[in-house]
Amino acid sequence: MNILKVLVVDDEPGIRTGVTRVLRNFTVGFPFMDDDFSFETVETGSGEEAIEILDKEPIDIVLLDNKLPGIYGIEVLEYIRQQEYDTQVMMITSYASLDLAVKATNNGAYNFVPKPFTPQELKAAMESITKHLYLKRMTKKLNEQGKHVRFQFLSVLSHELKSPINAIEGYLKIMQDKQAGDAIDDYQVMVSRSLERIKGMRGLIMDLLDLTRIESGKKKRNIAPVDITETARMAMHSMEPLAIQKSVKIHFISDEPHYINSDPAEIEIIFNNLLSNAVKYNVENGEVFLSITDNPMEVVIDVKDTGIGISEEEIGNLFKEFARIRNSKTKDITGSGLGLSIVKKLIDLNHGSIAVSSKPEQGSHFRVTFPKH
Amino acid sequence: MKTILLVDDDPDQLEQLKFHVERFGYQPVVASSQKEGELMLETMKPDLAIIDLMMENQDSGFILSYKIKQKYPDVPVIIVTSVTAVSGMKFSLETEDDKRWIKADKYIEKGIRPDQLHREINKLLKV
Repeated sequence: MNILKVLVVDDEPGIRTGVTRVLRNFTVGFPFMDDDFSFETVETGSGEEAIEILDKEPIDIVLLDNKLPGIYGIEVLEYIRQQEYDTQVMMITSYASLDLAVKATNNGAYNFVPKPFTPQELKAAMESITKHLYLKRMTKKLNEQGKHVRFQFLSVLSHELKSPINAIEGYLKIMQDKQAGDAIDDYQVMVSRSLERIKGMRGLIMDLLDLTRIESGKKKRNIAPVDITETARMAMHSMEPLAIQKSVKIHFISDEPHYINSDPAEIEIIFNNLLSNAVKYNVENGEVFLSITDNPMEVVIDVKDTGIGISEEEIGNLFKEFARIRNSKTKDITGSGLGLSIVKKLIDLNHGSIAVSSKPEQGSHFRVTFPKH
Repeated sequence: MKTILLVDDDPDQLEQLKFHVERFGYQPVVASSQKEGELMLETMKPDLAIIDLMMENQDSGFILSYKIKQKYPDVPVIIVTSVTAVSGMKFSLETEDDKRWIKADKYIEKGIRPDQLHREINKLLKV
């Protein structure tokens, strides 16, 4: 039997003893768990004392009233988050408002139980929070064991995969019911938009495969001297159709071979991503400048564009997975949101570095540096 | 003709909503972000709003809905999303308690059939 410690913070003594009584003989079990969970409660009537208790002993679950005599529940919640305690918080309050709800969930509150609640409601809420706590700790344990169960990643990924499916399904249903007319031409835009979304999804899947291979470490690397200039030239040629489509001119500045020891496939992925970004996020009749130079220690790759640029705030998140920049200028540009995070991983793998500078409306400059060994 | 404000950051979802709303005989006005939606509210009062939940932020739809209700308490708001449970949070408007803090009149899943959507709109517009 696992015992979970529950801290009940409420200024009404009746609520506190009520919770303790309900939880005394209550256990939670799940089919996939070996052991059941039971609960042991600690009670307090103020937020100040709650913080003292949290500092003193590990607490698994906090049932937290917001309206308290001293500091409010939301401040206790903020404290728990700042201290990074492994504690799940459920707000119990009759003063639920959208402001509080948004603030509390942003600060990591798991859920709300509105007051007054019945024993059944409390039990149901405890069951769900226990399951959540268990899954969270399990995920953490698996992560520590290197099993990389990436809960957050997968939930965002499923959203990214669902959006194009929803969009395509929506168009197909309109066509199925002939809602826009009887002629196939009436649906031309819908068909091309659907194809565009499929293309985006395919790109996402390809990127995912790259990412999985890099991360699993199982990818066989064929390390050999690679001529970066040659690889860049190839990437530039494969990007040409997209560049023509967008009326963007790519200039290539390098006349001599530059060798580093790497896997040519990895270098190609890096160039493909940087160049396709420089073209995609460019303006009509924009330009891309790709140059490769070297010094005694390293090879330096510069990709500059005359595109829409990136704000300072956005640069901070640029290499994170699914950190696509969403604004009115990028809304019609498709991308998986994985490209730059793949680029970063591959550069790390090759002991290189990447730097970005950018001005909104003027363009961006990515500089990749690889040691010559 | 009644005006419906549509806010979604997915261009195709927005296009489809617009298509259906036009077919239902309403005048659609579109915005592709929470921010754009807020700007529109400064110059217009829609008869109803249909907004996506996850846009710039995970809770953009809630915030926008809240702002609509602050400015125009009588304008019904429908929140549409494909998110059911992210990190254990569940949103629905089944119980009175949910209604108390989620300031929207209806919460529907993406992929709803157009005729169902039509019914929900008509119900909220009382036509």
